[in-house]
Amino acid sequence: MSAAEVLLSLRDVTRRFGGVAALDGVSFDVRTHEILGVIGPNGAGKTTLLNCISGVHRLDGGEITLDGRPLGGLPPHRVARLGVGRTFQIVKPFGSMTVRENAAVGALFGSSDARLPTRRAFAHADEVLALVGLAPKRQLPVASLTVPDRKRLEVARALCTMPRLLLLDEVMAGLNAVEVDEALDMVRAVHASGVTIVLIEHVMPVILGVCERVVVLHLGRHLAEGRPVDVLKDPRVVEAYLGEKYASRHRGD
Amino acid sequence: MTEPLLEVRGLTAGFDAGPVLFGVDLDVAAGELVALVGANGAGKSTLLGVLSGLVPSSGGSVRFDGRDITNAPPEAIVAAGLVHVPQGRRLFGGMTVEKNLLLGAHLRRDRDVRGDLQRVLSHFPALADKLGREARTLSGGEQQMVAIGRGLMGRPRLLMIDEPSLGLGPKVVERVIDVAAEISEDGIAVLLVEQDVAMALDAAARAYVLESGRIALSGPADEVERDPAVRRAYLGL
Repeated sequence: MSAAEVLLSLRDVTRRFGGVAALDGVSFDVRTHEILGVIGPNGAGKTTLLNCISGVHRLDGGEITLDGRPLGGLPPHRVARLGVGRTFQIVKPFGSMTVRENAAVGALFGSSDARLPTRRAFAHADEVLALVGLAPKRQLPVASLTVPDRKRLEVARALCTMPRLLLLDEVMAGLNAVEVDEALDMVRAVHASGVTIVLIEHVMPVILGVCERVVVLHLGRHLAEGRPVDVLKDPRVVEAYLGEKYASRHRGD
Repeated sequence: MTEPLLEVRGLTAGFDAGPVLFGVDLDVAAGELVALVGANGAGKSTLLGVLSGLVPSSGGSVRFDGRDITNAPPEAIVAAGLVHVPQGRRLFGGMTVEKNLLLGAHLRRDRDVRGDLQRVLSHFPALADKLGREARTLSGGEQQMVAIGRGLMGRPRLLMIDEPSLGLGPKVVERVIDVAAEISEDGIAVLLVEQDVAMALDAAARAYVLESGRIALSGPADEVERDPAVRRAYLGL
């Protein structure tokens, strides 16, 4: 793989909390314009990983580069302005503002290219809201949004910063099967608009549905990587999710 | 047919971030060991939280020992004999092992508490000479024993144990699961949530597989163990 294809690179990324290594020497690449899934059982280090990329946590070791430029030590707003957008598992929109105003906040404070005058920020917000399927609801107060729509708004706020790389942290949690399918359509539309996506997810049909590649973390380490249909059959991955005993009994099922 | 000890029907619950349980049906008979397994985020801990009154349900019903306990206060549920051993042990680390155990009997007004302490120690002989130690100085496995022991001190008819093996080594995990089996042999029903699927299913008589807030599969534990739906619930294929 040539260097030009790599958008984000992680090398030996380590992060400790007290004596515990939440991430222990994790290395992988995110290729330009792919949708990469990151999965792993409870305590695998997925959200810690996302926090390390987006500048919320400092690294205790290793390096993360975006287009070859080290992100190490940069605060979250600087990482965002370099083109890394993210969502949060617990969405916290500005409750007194409309959907459109919430989205425009991202455009007003995002990457240096995207810090737009107010009028253009709202125009950009409108484009993004159309992309995520919230255009008809843009004038509503956020308090009136359903859970799936709140997740869409979370994605819209991140997209308004004009990221090249979008980190999605469990945006499908709490959605029913129909809502998951609709959210998948949104992810595909965002991807088609030219954004590279890293998707942290528990819902495996989502991983199977949109990811070209998947990285599995287990207890802070990189366990496996590859096409979802291969990785989810990997005996090491089955063991990580269901226990050693189950995996050894059902090898070859 | 006699009514089960615990009868859950159409239970729904959720948080601000969205619904978690979408109509769960589940029974536990008196003295039965039932395993509840399922992937991360499936709603297992939320279900236990609703059953013990810590998380409000938005629909459906919970009957225990013939009484409706849906959304009853936690202390009333404990007093009725449904006791929760939470994930992560949740001991009072600065208090002694003995005090932690006695706290499990906080609601009881009978005189048998000391006798029960001895019975609990018979399950966990390793704790006998550590009663005066601060709970936080114990190993993870010992702390899990204290958490289960504290639950037993409430004289439960049904003990719900959430992820007892979290962070423990394989030998300790086996011991903890053995204890769950011993408890049910004593006539106390156990609802066991456990990440080591095979170990939980080996110990249990029946099992439920929770997938995205719904029961995807239930039945005798050995049949569930062989069903490929278990793997699908975790890995999607």
